[in-house]
This record gives sequence, structure tokens and C-alpha cells, in this order.
Amino acid sequence: MAPSDPTGAAGIGAGGTPAAPPPHRVVAGLKATTDHTVQLLSPEGELTPTALSGEYPLEVTEDLLRGLYRDMVLVRRFDREGNALQRQGQLGIWVPLLGQEAAQIGSGRALQPQDMAFPSYREHGVAWTRGIDPTDLIGVFRGADHSTWNPAETRFHTYTIVIGNQVLNATGYAMGQRLDGRVGSGTDGGAPDEATITYFGDGATSEGDVHEGMVFAAAFDAPVVFFCQNNQWAISHPVDQVSRVPLYRRADGYGFPGVRVDGNDVLACLAVTRWALDECRSGNGPVMIEAFTYRMDAHTTSDDPTRYRTSDESEAWKLLDPIERVRVHLVRHSTDSAATAEFFAGVQAEADELAARFRTFCLEMPTPPPDRMFSEVYATPHHQLDRQRAEFLDYLAGFADDGGAATHGGAR
Amino acid sequence: MKEQVTLAKALNLGLRSAMEADPKVLVMGEDVATLGGVFRITDGLKKDFGEHRVFDTPLAESGIIGTAVGLAMRGYRPVAEIQFDGFVFPGFDQIVSQVAKLGFRTQGAFRASMVIRIPFGGGIGAVEHHSESPESFFCHIAGLRVVACSNAQDAYDMLQEAIASDDPVVFFEPKRRYWEKSALDVTRTPTESTFSSVVRRSGNDVTVVGYGPTMAVVEAAATAAQAEGRSLEVIDLRSLSPLDLDPVLDSVRRTGRLVVVSEAPREASLSGDIAARVTEEAFYSLAAPVIRVAGADVPYPPTRMESLYLPDLDKVLDAVDRVLSF
Repeated sequence: MAPSDPTGAAGIGAGGTPAAPPPHRVVAGLKATTDHTVQLLSPEGELTPTALSGEYPLEVTEDLLRGLYRDMVLVRRFDREGNALQRQGQLGIWVPLLGQEAAQIGSGRALQPQDMAFPSYREHGVAWTRGIDPTDLIGVFRGADHSTWNPAETRFHTYTIVIGNQVLNATGYAMGQRLDGRVGSGTDGGAPDEATITYFGDGATSEGDVHEGMVFAAAFDAPVVFFCQNNQWAISHPVDQVSRVPLYRRADGYGFPGVRVDGNDVLACLAVTRWALDECRSGNGPVMIEAFTYRMDAHTTSDDPTRYRTSDESEAWKLLDPIERVRVHLVRHSTDSAATAEFFAGVQAEADELAARFRTFCLEMPTPPPDRMFSEVYATPHHQLDRQRAEFLDYLAGFADDGGAATHGGAR
Repeated sequence: MKEQVTLAKALNLGLRSAMEADPKVLVMGEDVATLGGVFRITDGLKKDFGEHRVFDTPLAESGIIGTAVGLAMRGYRPVAEIQFDGFVFPGFDQIVSQVAKLGFRTQGAFRASMVIRIPFGGGIGAVEHHSESPESFFCHIAGLRVVACSNAQDAYDMLQEAIASDDPVVFFEPKRRYWEKSALDVTRTPTESTFSSVVRRSGNDVTVVGYGPTMAVVEAAATAAQAEGRSLEVIDLRSLSPLDLDPVLDSVRRTGRLVVVSEAPREASLSGDIAARVTEEAFYSLAAPVIRVAGADVPYPPTRMESLYLPDLDKVLDAVDRVLSF
């Protein structure tokens, strides 16, 4: 097991430390959580010593915790609604984020408005932090659109389906930020300095584009944060079968910092990402962050995780739930328990309203008109395509019911 | 103010002109800065425009294309050099998945306004992967414009139009013709798009279509045929996608005969598409089937055999004989 043990912890056995369990007893990922992982809020809901005096300072207030709690609950709620809608045949597919709320909300809340984010396809929580209404995510999964939100205005790029492509695009964008002088300039009076963040999973770290993205980022000092959500599984393939070292240590090979953070700890994700983005804005980037977390649901709604992982595993990870630890902390330490109870009830009501709105929007979502298929393929006129579009619309218009467009474009 | 310059020099001048006109134009790729590119197309640009606008990248084609996409999203106009045709494939994923689809996917919020320069074609005695004609792959991808220049004036004009285009352009350069001189007038302003087919030589008997490296062969064939009393109309496509087929159709409607000349393998190719569309749109004008003179459907052969593979004068004249004798 040694070559594929990410921490080397399997070899520890002397000095009273329990020997590592045999491979078949190992629960994915958990064996590595004790090693070099930044944590500010424990699974039991207590602030850790690191929170008070560690390298990644964060002023932890009740307001901050409540805001992060609300974000995570709302995001989890509409994520579950997305899953249900797919099961009911309303969405072609849904990509669940269950379990990864802290990684996404913590890192997303660290971004400033001028920063740019390049997601993969599971980043519904990050989208939320960029002010994108969850209903804007539906078009992609209902098959109506590739991106309903405006990626230039929201500074949250479209979802990227091809694994790892966005890492290079983000690096190039960050190279542009540096060329524009928007790095390390200070913010006196002028436009603020900027950084880029890109999201990818543990599976993507096998892709050439991720490697090349890190090589280019290092070569050009690009202000980019590589935010890897290690959720332990690339569909059915466990991360410890693809990397001999913890993923964050790959950054060593490129010559920039790599930090592993407890990906189920929203405070740690916020603090470490805020630090990393500051490093980038001040010209000290790039930085890699490995958020050590777990995908509690399937890879997508097309997947069946019972074929490749045990229920013991997900049960063990449930104890590390990102929302529960914040809730416990608030219950134990809030200054006004009545107000806290009211807050929890309020968030729950808000979540239910959001889910209902999400569902209604999905069911009522119109299918785009037929000529949408031909729009914006090119920026400048393309005579061949223009002719093809005209012929197609002419063909549709030839139907006797005068509803050719609706008949052909609206079938569902 | 015409002067005789090599096609390579014309490309260099075209890049310079575009960089002077727009400070957002960047030149990037392997060895393009200090060395000036392996073909010296970018010679001296770093010295004149600075290392921030002309820079060497790590040796990674997906990296070059993928970061160029990000730079384009940031408002730059990157001109990325792929060193040789056969090396574009590591970057092919980024071209297909991101470059071509960025505008459509974002409904125009972002454009991949960038140029990918690819020296292509054979005939220079190079090792494997250095002589390929991959243009059909790119013509098949919606969202890209694909062009090929064949002489100094076009090289100069078309490269500037490609850089100014808001759409991504795959720009094929006939490396075999880099060192051939032809007339260039840098003071001339093109009055219409250089991304259109152009009739290089008028004739009445057979229409012969080529592009990029095959234009020299096609024009030589027209001269040789004339000596035999046959009048060939020669068309240079220049734009491979979208195809500007109207001049070809007009010509075929007069001559009734078409020969298409391309170095690329014939199977599922651009030459096949031209033949199909001419058949579809000018069927009753055709007096003979469309004949293609193309590379064989084999991997590009070792250099001592490449003269067997490439379209040459005799192959084109033989095709002309066949369409005339049908």
C-alpha cells in the first residue's frame, strides 16, 4: 500500500500510534485528514487553536458564521431540488455538490468583485457567491442553454465540461491581468488589483491541461489560485490510485505554495483562499489549494456510487458535515439562543422558498426559438451559415399549422 | 510601391503592421521571441515590441492555445504560433472545445479573438509530423475561420485581417513557399475581404481549384496546359472555412469541368466537400465528374517518397485530361 498512500501515515505504527488499517478497511480520504491540513473549525463545532494564532488569520464573528451557514443551507437546498428534478425527468442531468458546500462557499466568499472565477461544472455554490441566481444554472442541465448567466458581467465563467480545459483558460486570463498591470500595483485611487481562481477536481489533476496550466502560471507569475476540490473520487476512480503524494504537494514541483485545507471547514476554506488571492493580487502568485472534502452523492445523476464505494465510507464522512459543524458552533456559543433558533428557522424557510422558486422556474422554462441554434456562432457575418439559417427558417415556415417553430423547436 | 519579398518576410511585415495598429496584439509560441521562430517569421518582433508583447512559451501546445483563450477573454488578441502542422494535435482539444465554441457558449459575452498560425504541407524534406495538411479537421469545426495564404501579398493582407477578426482564425502558411518571392505592396489597402476565393487566371476549358502550397503546382499546370492549347481557369480558395464557393460555381457553370488540388488525404476531406457542394449546386452544368488530385490516404510518407505522394504537375495535367475526355 505504501506507494499509493498519500500521506505515508500507513507506515506509522510505532510509539503507541495505532497501526494503519489494512487496505480493505481504509475509508477513502479519511486516512489523510490528520496530516498538514489547515482547520479552523473542528467537526465538533469548536474553533481550533489554528483559528486564533495560525498562519491564516480570520476574524470569526457570529455574523460571519451566520452568513456562511445561510449560504451553505440555501445552496444545499437547491442542489437537492436539482437532484429531485432530474429524478422526475425535468432535467437531463444534475451534478450534485452535496458535501462540498464549505469548499465552495468558503472559497467563493474570499473572492472580491474584480476577481475572475473559472469553474468546472459542479460549482453551484461558487456561482451563488458571485451573485448568480440558482435559476440561471438550470438552462445548462435542462438542455436549453450552455450558460444563461453573463460570464463577463458576473466574472464567473461558463461551466466547463471537458475536464481541465478551464485551468489553462484561467491561467491565460491571469497572465492578462498581470500584463494589464493589475497585480501588485497597490490600490491607491486606481482600480483594485485582481486575481483569478480556477476550480477543478482530484480527477482533473491527471489531465495534461492542469499540469500545463501550472507550468504556464509558474513561468509567467500568473496571479491564479488553483483550487482543487479533492472529493476523493473521479467518478469511480479513487484519488489514492492516481497520486503517490497528497495533491497539494504537487505544487512543490512547480515552485509555488500548495496548501491543504479541510474542505468541510468553511472558515478554513475562506481564510486560506483569502490569503491565496491576496498573494496573487500582491504579485506573489500562483498558489495551489487542495480542499480535502468528499462528494456525498453520485458524480452526476447518471452515476451509481454503490458500485464502487461502501456505505461505511459515506457514513464516516457524514460525521464531518460542513453545515452541521457551523450549526453546532452557533448553538453552543451564540450570545442569544432565542435569536439563534429564530435564525435557523428563518434560513430553513428561506431555503424552502428558494427551492420552490427553483422548481417553478424549471417547469416553466421556455425552450429557445429555433434560430437560437445559429446565433453567436460567429462574431462577424458568415455567409454560408446565414444561408443555412435562412433555408432552415424557410423550411419551418412552410408547415401548415403556422407553428413550425414551436413544433420543431419546442418539442420536449 | 511593389517590391519582391518572400512569403516569410510578408508575414513578418503583416505581424508588425498589426502590432503597430493595435497594442492588444500579442505574439506567443515556442521559440518565437529571441529566436524569431524556427522559420524566423517573428524575427525581430521582440526587439521592436518588447518582451511583454512577444514572448516564448513553455513547450506545450495545449498550454499555448488554452492560455491564448484566457488572454483573448481579457481583451488581448493573441497570435499563437504552432511550430509545425503535426504538432497542433496536443492543442486540438482546446481548439475544438474552447476556441471554437467560446462565442456561442457565452452568447457573445466573450470572443476567442485569436489567430493560430500553422506552417503546413510537405515538400521540404522533413521528418515525420512536419509535413502534414490537417486543414480538414479545422474546417469541420463550427466557430472557426480557416484560411490559407499562397503568396506574399495575401500573406501580408490576410494575416492582418485574421488578427483584426473578432472570430478565431486558424491561419495556414505554406511552409514550402516561405522562401519564394512575389510582389508585395504594403501601401495597398484591400477593398474587400481577403477571406474570399480569387480567380488567379481566367480560362474556358477546365476550372482548377487549389490553395496554399498547391497553388504553385496549379499555376504551373495552367501554363503547361496552355502550351497544349487548353485553357484552365485557376482559383485560389484562400478561405477554407467558410468556403467562398460562388466564384467556383460561376466558373464551373462556364467550363463544366472541375479539378480540385490539395495535399491532404482525400478521404473525408475539404476537397471532398468542394466536390459534393459543386455537384449539389451546379449538377446540370457539369460535363464530367469532379476529379480530385489529393494526397494518398496514408500517413505522410518518409521524405524520399514524398514526391510520389504530393500532387505534382503531371498528376494535375492527368486529371485535366480525364475531365476533358469524359
